[in-house]
Amino acid sequence: MPSRPNWRGTVSTSLSSAPVMGERRRVGETGDLVFAGLCRGAGGFVLLLLGAIIVTLFIGGLPAFRAFGVEFIWGLNWDPVEGREEFGAGVAILGTLVSSILAIIFAVPVAFGIAVFLTELAPPWLRRPIGTAIELLAAIPSIIYGMWGLFVVVPFIQYNIQLAFGEELAALPLVGFLFQSNNFAGTSLFAASLVLGIMILPFIAATMRDVFSQVPPVYKESAYGLGATRWEVMRGVVIPYTRISVAGGIMLGLGRALGETMAVTFVIGNANRIATSLFDPTNTIASVIAMEFPESLSGSLQQSALLAIGFLLFVISFLVLATSRWLLRPRLK
Amino acid sequence: MSATTQTPAFTPDTEMRRRLGRRRALLDAAMRWFCLAATVVGLLFLASIMATLLWRGLAALDFIVLTQEFQPTRYGDDTLPKGGLVHAIVGSILQSGIAILIGTPIGLLVGTYLAEYARGSGFAHAVRFVSDILLSAPSILIGLFIYQTVVLPTGGFSGIAGALALAIIVIPVVVRTTEDMLQLLPNTLREAVVALGAPRWKMITLVAWRAALPGIVTGVLLAFARIVGETAPLLLTSFGNNVLSTDLTRAMASLPVAIYQQANSGFPDLIEIAWSGALIVTFGVLAINILARVALRPRK
Amino acid sequence: MNDVSMAAPMSAEQARGAAAAAAPRIAIRNLDFIYAPGLPKALKGITLDIPDRQVTGMIGPSGCGKSTLLRVLNRMYSLYPGQRAEGEVIMDGRNLIGPDVDINELRSRIGMVFQKPTPFPMTIFENIAFGVRLHERLNKAQMAERVEWALTRAAIWNEVKDRLHSSALGLSGGQQQRLCIARSIAVRPEVILLDEPTSALDPISTLKIEELVDELKKDFTIVIVTHNMQQAARCADQVAFFYLGELIEVGSAAQMFTAPRHPKTQEYITGRFG
Repeated sequence: MPSRPNWRGTVSTSLSSAPVMGERRRVGETGDLVFAGLCRGAGGFVLLLLGAIIVTLFIGGLPAFRAFGVEFIWGLNWDPVEGREEFGAGVAILGTLVSSILAIIFAVPVAFGIAVFLTELAPPWLRRPIGTAIELLAAIPSIIYGMWGLFVVVPFIQYNIQLAFGEELAALPLVGFLFQSNNFAGTSLFAASLVLGIMILPFIAATMRDVFSQVPPVYKESAYGLGATRWEVMRGVVIPYTRISVAGGIMLGLGRALGETMAVTFVIGNANRIATSLFDPTNTIASVIAMEFPESLSGSLQQSALLAIGFLLFVISFLVLATSRWLLRPRLK
Repeated sequence: MSATTQTPAFTPDTEMRRRLGRRRALLDAAMRWFCLAATVVGLLFLASIMATLLWRGLAALDFIVLTQEFQPTRYGDDTLPKGGLVHAIVGSILQSGIAILIGTPIGLLVGTYLAEYARGSGFAHAVRFVSDILLSAPSILIGLFIYQTVVLPTGGFSGIAGALALAIIVIPVVVRTTEDMLQLLPNTLREAVVALGAPRWKMITLVAWRAALPGIVTGVLLAFARIVGETAPLLLTSFGNNVLSTDLTRAMASLPVAIYQQANSGFPDLIEIAWSGALIVTFGVLAINILARVALRPRK
Repeated sequence: MNDVSMAAPMSAEQARGAAAAAAPRIAIRNLDFIYAPGLPKALKGITLDIPDRQVTGMIGPSGCGKSTLLRVLNRMYSLYPGQRAEGEVIMDGRNLIGPDVDINELRSRIGMVFQKPTPFPMTIFENIAFGVRLHERLNKAQMAERVEWALTRAAIWNEVKDRLHSSALGLSGGQQQRLCIARSIAVRPEVILLDEPTSALDPISTLKIEELVDELKKDFTIVIVTHNMQQAARCADQVAFFYLGELIEVGSAAQMFTAPRHPKTQEYITGRFG
């Protein structure tokens, strides 16, 4: 540096004498380069991780895809017995989709009611505790839902619904077939959907509550000013204003339901057949993997088929989650 | 108001209004009741789960459960030794703890990258997107991934494989909270640090991280709460073990997997133990969640 | 190492009188600034001398460029890609906005205090020691001495000496701002930039800061951006008036507030716009 006449000169004012000068430190640029590189590298690692998961599942599933071709996707047979092995993902894919969609149908109205209650109806002192309680519902591990489902929900379905009203329900015109089943174990598509619905309820409710509370008060107030009731404000202002985000929240719930494993495994009955009735047992991709993978032989065609349906589940979840994120993007920065 | 003395066009049809108003009020009341009912139903689910856990879990929860390893069913013969879950509790804490140790630094760096270095770049968008996908991706697929890449090459199920699977679940949770918390910091704080002549990395590590610490701690606690209850990925990676083992290179028990296996055993005494395990896991998870909420509250 | 003025501090009057004669501490020449490519210039051809150990006040309506200029002086804009400065800012014969300047070293010589107090989330002691540690290696006793020195110079020592190791976030707004000033001077800069340092404070805290500025100019060159005309009149030796990114007029505080040469300046200081 050129001469700096008063560079850190001694301050000789009356206030106080200057303190001791320390040895100068150079603030290098190396630290910045290293740290920025670390952060960027960690970001790249996450990208690679997702890529590696996709590629690993696909490669693992390749023997099964080769053996059965595209028919693997809709094939209905799943027979791991040695010598007559045959694998098709049709039942599991259908079970995954149907159970998740039913779960959405169960969860959305209730989640909507909770969200409206928390944002519009509940007195302020009640919002926080109830909101927290609903959020805690999301924190309970899925295996607990599975046990609770198996020991509480399944007997309830068995005795209080199927045995009590089963025949009456089955006799209903048009929709009667949905309740016509010779499976009286209680473990069924219905039980799985119900438990799944309860599990995703807090996710959807929380998203709805958050987007509802983001509606600028002035919109709502101008509708109230016209003499609208709360429900009319909800239907006329809040829902139109938030419908895209609400759809995103529902897709997020769907994404969770598709991949849910333990809760479903406990209560769906785990049978490789298409459920024609709500009370029939069936399976899902995740439940098949959880049931069979730990006991499958490494390198077997069965294991490859399990990896292949895992790959398919990944593709389905990815599409749903990506859609959800796209719908929720106005909420993101 | 009389219709005869005023211009008819401006006279409200009071009768119609009243009828319509009654219908509107009725609909509004119906919706309110529906919303209240939905909330009660939601809370009832929570209450039912809690009550079931307490009722069935407390029945078998005793000192033995907390201190003994697995024992086969007693078939109602009380002279045989009662089993416990200590192997699973130790395994869970070990695997979850290692997962946190591996996942937190990576998540912290990624979140820092997104908040401090790369606002708006294409690469950052990709990283954020992928992290969000990982946050909600089916955890059993992460188990499959680790099975293929760790369990198969190393020749068997192992505690470290389980910990790695859980670490992948930890990363996106920590990324999300770290980024959110850093975004909340006022930019003037960053500028004030830089104005003293601090390089960026010191600004981030010494001030920004410290200012965001309560939020980051919350994220780590929530991640811990989540992986402590994870079952599916562990089923395919650490598999489970009936004896107490701290050897990370061998199959290792975990509370959720032990619960799963014993709950499905069909033996009432083992199912009872599974319930007490479920009680331990759930109350542990809920306690961590509540702790995390307290940690996030702004402090003086 | 020492020059004459250091050994024999001038009185404020002497300094004022010498303002025109003394060599400028910082010389700004033809400075242009843009916030992003394509946007209009936020600063247009600014030429201004910042005299040594005096207070230069910058006034002007919102968006006139006065804060922008401040952010150029210690390269704060370099944090944000896309923001660019062109021209010369000469200090000790070097162009501060040139490419090969060690920015961190530069910032240790030109400190900055912001509009809102920015205490770091650590103890009062650590707040002060933080900046010192970046640039110097001190032992424990030396550091304690430095912290006391800085807090004393910032006129806050007596208020905090018993709670040095409690969180700085517990201080009042005015105390926090003086802490930030202490944090700046602890690094022992030559120039201190104050960006509307009292706009978030109550009148009593404001008064304390203004007294402090008057005290500090014995040792430091000070540039203060302010919205408050009285504050500029009270604190500044030299006043520069900015309007729409241009420097309209610069002169001694007395001249600017009693006999402005430019009609725009006249309008602004009489409150006809702002």
